[in-house]
Amino acid sequence: MTGRRAISWWLLLLVGLHALVLFAGFFAPYDPTEQDRRSPYLPPMRLHFVDNQGHFHARPFAFALKLREASFDQYEEDRTRALPLKFMVRGANYRWLGLLPSRLHLFGAESEKIYLLGSDAYGRDQLSRFVYGGRVSLFAGLLGAGVTVLLGLCVGAAAGYYGGWRDDLLMRLAELFLALPWLYLLFALRAFLPLAVSPLEAFLLIIAVLGAVGWARPARLVRGVVLSAKERDFVRAARGFGATDGYLLRRHILPATSSVLLTQAAILVPQFILAEMTLSFLGLGVPEPVPSWGNLLSSLQQYSVLVSYWWMYLPALIMLPFFLGYLGLASELQERTEAYKIGN
Amino acid sequence: MKPARGNCLSRRILFPLLSVLAASFALPTAASPPQKDSKEELLVLPGEIGHSGGRLVVALRAEPKTLNPLIAADAPSHEVIDTMQADLVHINRATQLTEPALAKSWKMSPDGLRYTLVLRRGLKFSDGYSLDADDVLFTFHVYLDEKVHAPQRDLLLFDGKPISLRKTDSQTIVFQLPKPYGVAERMFDGWAILPRHLLEKPYEEGKIAQLGALGTPPNEWAGLGPFRLKEYVAGQRLVLERNPYYWKTDEKGSRLPYLDELVFLFVPSADAQVLRFQSGETDVISRLGAENFSVLSRQPGDYTMLDAGPGLEYNFLFFNLNDATEKTSAEIVQRQKWFREGKFREAVSAAIDREAIVRLVYQGRGAPLWGLVTPGNRRWQDEKLPHPARSLDRALGLLKEAGFSWTTASNGESALVDSGGKPVEFSMITSSSNADRAKMAALIQDDLKQLGMRVQVVPLEFRSLLDRVTQTKEYDACVLGIVSTDADPNVDINVWLSRGGTHLWNPSQAHPATSWEAEIDRLIDEQKYARTFEQRKTLYDRAQELLWEYQPMIFLASPDILTGAKKSVGNFRPAVLEPYVLWNVEQLNLKNKAVNATR
Repeated sequence: MTGRRAISWWLLLLVGLHALVLFAGFFAPYDPTEQDRRSPYLPPMRLHFVDNQGHFHARPFAFALKLREASFDQYEEDRTRALPLKFMVRGANYRWLGLLPSRLHLFGAESEKIYLLGSDAYGRDQLSRFVYGGRVSLFAGLLGAGVTVLLGLCVGAAAGYYGGWRDDLLMRLAELFLALPWLYLLFALRAFLPLAVSPLEAFLLIIAVLGAVGWARPARLVRGVVLSAKERDFVRAARGFGATDGYLLRRHILPATSSVLLTQAAILVPQFILAEMTLSFLGLGVPEPVPSWGNLLSSLQQYSVLVSYWWMYLPALIMLPFFLGYLGLASELQERTEAYKIGN
Repeated sequence: MKPARGNCLSRRILFPLLSVLAASFALPTAASPPQKDSKEELLVLPGEIGHSGGRLVVALRAEPKTLNPLIAADAPSHEVIDTMQADLVHINRATQLTEPALAKSWKMSPDGLRYTLVLRRGLKFSDGYSLDADDVLFTFHVYLDEKVHAPQRDLLLFDGKPISLRKTDSQTIVFQLPKPYGVAERMFDGWAILPRHLLEKPYEEGKIAQLGALGTPPNEWAGLGPFRLKEYVAGQRLVLERNPYYWKTDEKGSRLPYLDELVFLFVPSADAQVLRFQSGETDVISRLGAENFSVLSRQPGDYTMLDAGPGLEYNFLFFNLNDATEKTSAEIVQRQKWFREGKFREAVSAAIDREAIVRLVYQGRGAPLWGLVTPGNRRWQDEKLPHPARSLDRALGLLKEAGFSWTTASNGESALVDSGGKPVEFSMITSSSNADRAKMAALIQDDLKQLGMRVQVVPLEFRSLLDRVTQTKEYDACVLGIVSTDADPNVDINVWLSRGGTHLWNPSQAHPATSWEAEIDRLIDEQKYARTFEQRKTLYDRAQELLWEYQPMIFLASPDILTGAKKSVGNFRPAVLEPYVLWNVEQLNLKNKAVNATR
C-alpha cells in the first residue's frame, strides 16, 4: 500500500513542522519582539567550520557583523569575533505550551546574538519571528479549516439529505457567499471594530472570518456526496427497516463524506494560511509586534526593502515545506478516495 | 516623500501660500515672445546661466484639486499653483529671507502700521494683460471676502480686524494694519496676485470659488508665475508651458524661465515615484524617505542625490487631552487621568529613544527633537531648551512620584498600574500610509514596554486619523508630523494657540483649558505684534520652554530633506523649505539638449 505509506510520510513531515512551531519557545533562540537597535537589517550570519588560521572546528561558529564605514545598513563580518554556536543554552523566558516556564533554548551563542536568518528593521531576529509567527498563521489555518469543514458538513448534509426548498435555499446562500468580495467586506468590518484590537481578538476575528467565508465550497461537495449516498441500496434498505434520519446520517451517509472532507481540509489549511498572510500583509491581521507570517512579509511592501534586504524574502521560502506538506497530503488523500470509488 | 512623508498635516492646509488664479481669453498664446520693452522693470536673478528649452518632468503624489489659489488647501495644488502665480514680496527658500518680487520695493512706516509697496512697471499676466495696482486691490478684496472662504483669510485679520489697502497711483499700494505685525514684510509672501480682468465678473456673480478646475481651457486662466496652463489629462498629467511675459531675467538678460514645459505626472505612491525617477521618466524627486534615498544613492544612475539637511518637519506624539463630553467613552475618560498627569507625559518623553528613531527610521539622516522648532530653522531655535538623553531610570522615578506602581502580569512581565490598580494600557494611532511614522510608533511601543505600559499601535487611514483627532476625539495617543512652510513661527500659530484648529491635543478651545496654555496663548499673541526680532524671539523662546515643561506634544525627530535630480538638470539647488526642489523652477534648466530632444 504505497498510498498509505505516502500519507504517513506526509503526516510525519507535517507533525514535525508543527512541533517546531508548537514548541516555538524552545526552537527560537530569542524573544520574537525583542529589538536590538544596534542591528537593524542584519544579513543572515554564515556558519563556519574553518577559522582564520584554517583550523577545522566541529562546533560551527559565526562571525559577528559590524557596520561598514559610513554606512547605515551595510555590514561585514568581523573576523576577530567568532561566535560559537552553543546548544541547549539558557536565554529569554518562555513557557512550554504556554504553561511551564523555561529558559532553555535549542541553540544560541554566548555574549552576542546570532542571527541565522538576519534581522528586520528593528533588529529583531527573523528566525525567532518566523517560528513564533507560525503559531498565529498555522493555527489560524488549522482552526479556520476546521470551522469551515464543520460548517460545510452541516450545511451540505442538510441540503443534500432533506432536499427540496431547504436544498435550494442553502445552495443559493452558498453561491452568494462564493460570490462575495470578502476582502472588501473585511475592510468595512474592520472600520466598525473598536480602535485597538488585542492580538487575541484579532486572531479570533481572523478565524471567524475565514470560517464564515469558506464554508460554501465544502458544503457543495458534501451535498453532492450525500445526494448519491442517500440513494444507495443499503441506505434505502436501512430506511426500509425504519431507521431514523439521525441514524442514517450518522451511520451511513456522513461516513461516506469523510474522505472528501479530509481532502478538503488538507487543501483548505494552506489556503487559510495564505488568507491569514494576506490579512496581516494588509494590516488587518494580528497587530505588531506579535509576529505572524503575513506580518513578516509585510515589510516587503516597501520598495527599498524589496531591493536592499534579500533575506526579508526568506520567510516566504521557509513556508514552502508547510504548504507542500499539506498539498502532498491532500493529493494522496484524493488518490485514495478515487481508488475507493473505483473499488466500489 | 514618504508615502511619503505624505501625510504630514501640511501647515499649508491652514495657511496656504498663495497664488493666483487667472484666467484669460485674449491674446491667443503669443507665438513670438514679446520683445523686452524698455519700460519693463524686470528682476535680474543671479545664478548659473542656463540653456533655454526642454521640458522638466516632476511627479506629484496626487492630482491637484484646483488651480485656484483662493480655495486650494491640498499640497499638490499648492505645488502647482506656486509655479503659475507670483506674490508681491517673496521669501527666498534658500536664504529664508525676503526678496522683492512683484513689488520692487516696500517701506514700513515708523509706527509699523503702514506698508507702502511699489509695483514693478510694465508687468504682464501670462495672457498678456498688464498688471497694475487695481489687480492688487482686487486680489486682497477677494481674499478678505468672507463669502469666498479663502483658507488663508485669517492671516489678514488682526484681533478680528482686517487690514485695509488703497492705491496712491497705478503702481503704489498702501497697506494699513490695525496693529503692528512682527512678521513684517514676510506677510506678503504667498498671496498670489489675481488677474482682475478675468476674475472680476465671476466674482461679482459669486462664482469665483468654482473657477480654476484643472480642465479649465488654457486661455481662460492666467497668472504672474513662470509657467502657464497648457494641457491637462485627467489621472495622468498636467502640462504647463513657459510664460513668455515672465518678469525675471538671468544675468545675461535672457528672460526666464529656461524651460519650455513643466510636466506634473500624478504618481500616488512614494515607491512608484522612486521607480519613475530611477527609470528616467521624471527629472527631479523630493520628499524622499531615507531608505529610498539610500537605495537611489547606492545604485549608480544618471542622477545626483542630495541631502539638503534638516528640514522643518517635526514629528511628535501627543495624548488626548480634550475635555470629556457626554459622548466620550468611559475608557478614554479613565485613561485621560494618566494623560493629564504632567509627570506621566514627562516619563513617556524621558523613556523615548530619540537617537534610535533617527538611526532606525531616518538612517541617521535626521535630527532628534525636543521642541517644535527644528534644527533646520536656526534663527528661531531656542538654545536654552534642554536636550536630555534617554533615561529609563528618570522615567520610572517620575511614574513612581505620580503614584504609579508595578505588578507582575500573567505573562511574567512587569506591568505598570495606576494608583487605583488599573493597568496602564492604551492605543496609539498613526497614519497607515506613512511608513516612517509607523516605525516610530513601533519603537515607542517598545520603549514604553520597558516602563510596563502596554501600547497598541493602530495604523489608520490618514483621513480617519484626522477625523478622530479633530472631530470625534476618540483616541488615546497619536503619532503625527507637521511640516512648517516657513521658518517664521507664525506659520505654526494654530498649533500653538489653544483656539487653533491644529492645537492637536485639544483643538479649538473656547477658553484655554490650563493656565500654561493661557500663558502660551499670551506669549504667542504678543510676539505676533512685537516689533523687533529680539522681542519676538524672547517671547517665542519662553513659549517653547513652556511647551517643553508641560510636554503636551512629545517631540521625536525631524528628517533631512532628501532630494535628487538628473545630472542634466542645471541650477538644482534644493532648499529645506517647501517646495524643496521647485522653489527656483524659473532657473532650472536642462544642460544637455540632445538628451531632451530624444525624449
